[in-house]
Amino acid sequence: MFQYFLRRVILMIPVAFGVSVICFLLVQIAPGDPLTAIMPVDATAEEQAAMRAAYGLDKPLPVQYAIWIGNLFQGDMGKSIATGRPVANEVFGAVQNSLLLAFSAAVIAFPVGIFLGFLAGYFRDTLLDRIVTAISIAGVSVPNYWLGIVLVIIFSVNLGWLPSMGAGPGGSQDWSWNWLHMRHLVLPAVTLAVVPIGIVARTVRALAGDLLTQDFVIALYAKGMSRGDVLRHVARNAAATALSVMGLQLGYLLGGSILIETVFNWPGSGFLLSNAIFQRDLPLLQGTILVLAMFFVAMNLVVDVVQAAIDPRITRG
Amino acid sequence: MAVVDTEFLEDPISEAGKGYWAGVGSRLMRDPVTMVCFAILLLLILAAILAPYLGLSDPYTGSMIKRLAPIGTEGHILGTDEQGRDMLARLIYGGRLTLFIGLTPVVFAFFIGGTLGIIAGYAGGWLNTVIMRTVDVFFAFPSVLLAIAISGALGAGVFNSLVSLTIVFIPPITRVAEAVTSGVRGLDYIDAARASGASTLTVIRVHVIGNVLSPIFVYATSLTSVCMILAAGLSFLGIGVRPPEPEWGLMLNTLRSAIYVNPWLAALPGLMIFITSLCLNMLSDGVRSAMNVRD
Repeated sequence: MFQYFLRRVILMIPVAFGVSVICFLLVQIAPGDPLTAIMPVDATAEEQAAMRAAYGLDKPLPVQYAIWIGNLFQGDMGKSIATGRPVANEVFGAVQNSLLLAFSAAVIAFPVGIFLGFLAGYFRDTLLDRIVTAISIAGVSVPNYWLGIVLVIIFSVNLGWLPSMGAGPGGSQDWSWNWLHMRHLVLPAVTLAVVPIGIVARTVRALAGDLLTQDFVIALYAKGMSRGDVLRHVARNAAATALSVMGLQLGYLLGGSILIETVFNWPGSGFLLSNAIFQRDLPLLQGTILVLAMFFVAMNLVVDVVQAAIDPRITRG
Repeated sequence: MAVVDTEFLEDPISEAGKGYWAGVGSRLMRDPVTMVCFAILLLLILAAILAPYLGLSDPYTGSMIKRLAPIGTEGHILGTDEQGRDMLARLIYGGRLTLFIGLTPVVFAFFIGGTLGIIAGYAGGWLNTVIMRTVDVFFAFPSVLLAIAISGALGAGVFNSLVSLTIVFIPPITRVAEAVTSGVRGLDYIDAARASGASTLTVIRVHVIGNVLSPIFVYATSLTSVCMILAAGLSFLGIGVRPPEPEWGLMLNTLRSAIYVNPWLAALPGLMIFITSLCLNMLSDGVRSAMNVRD
């Protein structure tokens, strides 16, 4: 087990390196000069050169990369071009809000998805199965940014039950665990949960359906085991796959929240990202993407290790 | 290169192929849900192509006095948008860019990713390592994040959206193509063809492609719905199509301010995206079960 863990960590290093290269290159593929946004129109050639040197843009690419990655290891992600504040501060505050949203969505999506998927798999080819299948196809097909708008129309505009934007009363950015703040979380979290509900339900339905027809299940029934105990065996067999799908979904939730955060003005990483895009704030864009991607890489590692811990067949294979 | 007459090899394959595809076709015809989805998609595509000949209002000219007219208004059956432009015309014209940007990246990615995957799977060795490890790096980004990152860096525009979405869908297609190809490569008939003196290109062209293409194709069709949603999502964020072009994602964005005035009108462009992506998903599922491909 420990060897497997070590091997997975070592395999992660080249991926993390590649991710950092892509994030670094993002700034290079951007058209125009990254400094145009803040450079005064009447800046002289010397002033421009001084500015370029101050941001290290006058050095060759590999050197720029080395400097950038060196600073990164010291927790320095550069300064936001628009605000002049350190990128790391801005990103970590926003990522906390995104994580809150993503975990809330997961707390809704996973139990609902597992329940629906299990019902469909257990009562295969019944009306119930068809309804669940329809729900899950609709769930994976819906553009969730539109669903968010529809929910706002129903619950904020027409019924007036829930707020339509922000993370707290009066546009406050500081989160706290009370109903005044939590009611702001309801609509974005439900919206974000719809796609993973569809995917988890689909996966669990297929898993349950396949496992229930296998020989070992028939054998367990044949030796007189109660239905509940048989289902426990089935659940244990399905757990590894189901967990890995859910782990990946948690990562996707963090990425997918970008559009939802825009719909609900949720002060998370997606909101930060769209600000960075419109102000052509490339260091901020780069830093936000890097943190989110690294989180996803780490999430993949956790999923693999947990999966291996549950299912001993993986470490042996 | 040895001259090998491959005529005799191709004939039986194309014969067998015909029978197989005829079977798939007739299974599809007996599946009403899939056929309905296919018909809706066909209708949307035809309407988008034929939009200038349908006698619609001009989707670009509005009227300040007729802004946000509700659904069912005389002369504007689906109402008007925030600049007084006819919604029906804009929704139908909007299909042009939305469907184009939503579907072409998967086609490009199918050819590029399919080629890379077949090369990696057939060649093996260092070439496989280079291609597949590069693909692994792209897998470290959730697709939404990668699309927004590239489009955000490149800036708005139709071409930039096509580039960023193609890049997003190449890695998953490459991975599937590689897996299928390396599976086929180990089979006896490939060894037999090589032993009979067929060149690498001939083996790939005749024996490999014919057997890996349909699973790769089925996988690619399952990506079209996600691509549609992402493409419209980029425009919704303002980093896809530029105004005043009619495009469903962009329309959804510009109409957002109207949800307090005329809510259901504001939801229409998103409904179009939903219907299209739902039909694409159902069609892809239908084709998959008709072709009997298991994943």
